[in-house]
Amino acid sequence: MINQSLFTLNRRRLLQMGTGAIAITALPGLALADEKAFQASRKAAFGNTPINEGRVEVTLPPIAENGNSVPITVKVDSPMTDASHVKRIVILSPRNPVPDMSHYKLGPYTGRAEVSTRIRLAGTQSIEAIAEMNDGSLWSGSKSTVVTLAACAIL
Amino acid sequence: MSSIRISIPETAEAGEVIEIKTLIQHPMESGFGRGARGQVIPRDIIQTFTCDYNGTTVFEAKFFPSTAANPFLTFFTRATKSGALTFTWTDLVGETWVETRNLIVSE
Repeated sequence: MINQSLFTLNRRRLLQMGTGAIAITALPGLALADEKAFQASRKAAFGNTPINEGRVEVTLPPIAENGNSVPITVKVDSPMTDASHVKRIVILSPRNPVPDMSHYKLGPYTGRAEVSTRIRLAGTQSIEAIAEMNDGSLWSGSKSTVVTLAACAIL
Repeated sequence: MSSIRISIPETAEAGEVIEIKTLIQHPMESGFGRGARGQVIPRDIIQTFTCDYNGTTVFEAKFFPSTAANPFLTFFTRATKSGALTFTWTDLVGETWVETRNLIVSE
């Protein structure tokens, strides 16, 4: 019994080490966006308005085998009526060379606050989506994904 | 140069929210990649995408190098009146690609 549990633990550790090694080798030798650049583009997009967490749901695969094309869906909890709708959605990456990923403009005529696209990821990271409502409030959601082969490494 | 695919229902009921999928063939060269001789490949991306419905812009997207090649988008719009939906892509140097689809809305 003890042996068996030890074995599973070891195997798990080994696998973790393996994925870690892959992630390290996949690190591109490019200048990646740092926390500063990330905060700067956050500020450029929304100023100093406080950003609340919630209402935004980001869908990403848990493991992205190829960072060159990763499907992403951003869904915002909003009725999308004239009185209450999403005006803007901004997707930001803390690790790509350019923190801004894409910006979308929506309105009550959009009907549903949901956008899907395919993005490039320069490594394992947590993608943040920020939605601006018509009343000016900001809401954010994020989702992390493990990238086994980074986009820049294979270019 | 570019092949464009658009998926949009042909008919819809008034007030119905319809799903639109668009795909345009484009390399979306990020400007960070290097060619076979190590030279930097200049940035060449589609910068903006707009969807106009009977002359009103209903959806707008701005792309950055983080968008994958052959930019694919899924978005929604509310069907109000029969008419044309115009999809426009513009790249960094101002080249545009325009496609139009007709939507018939039954009252």
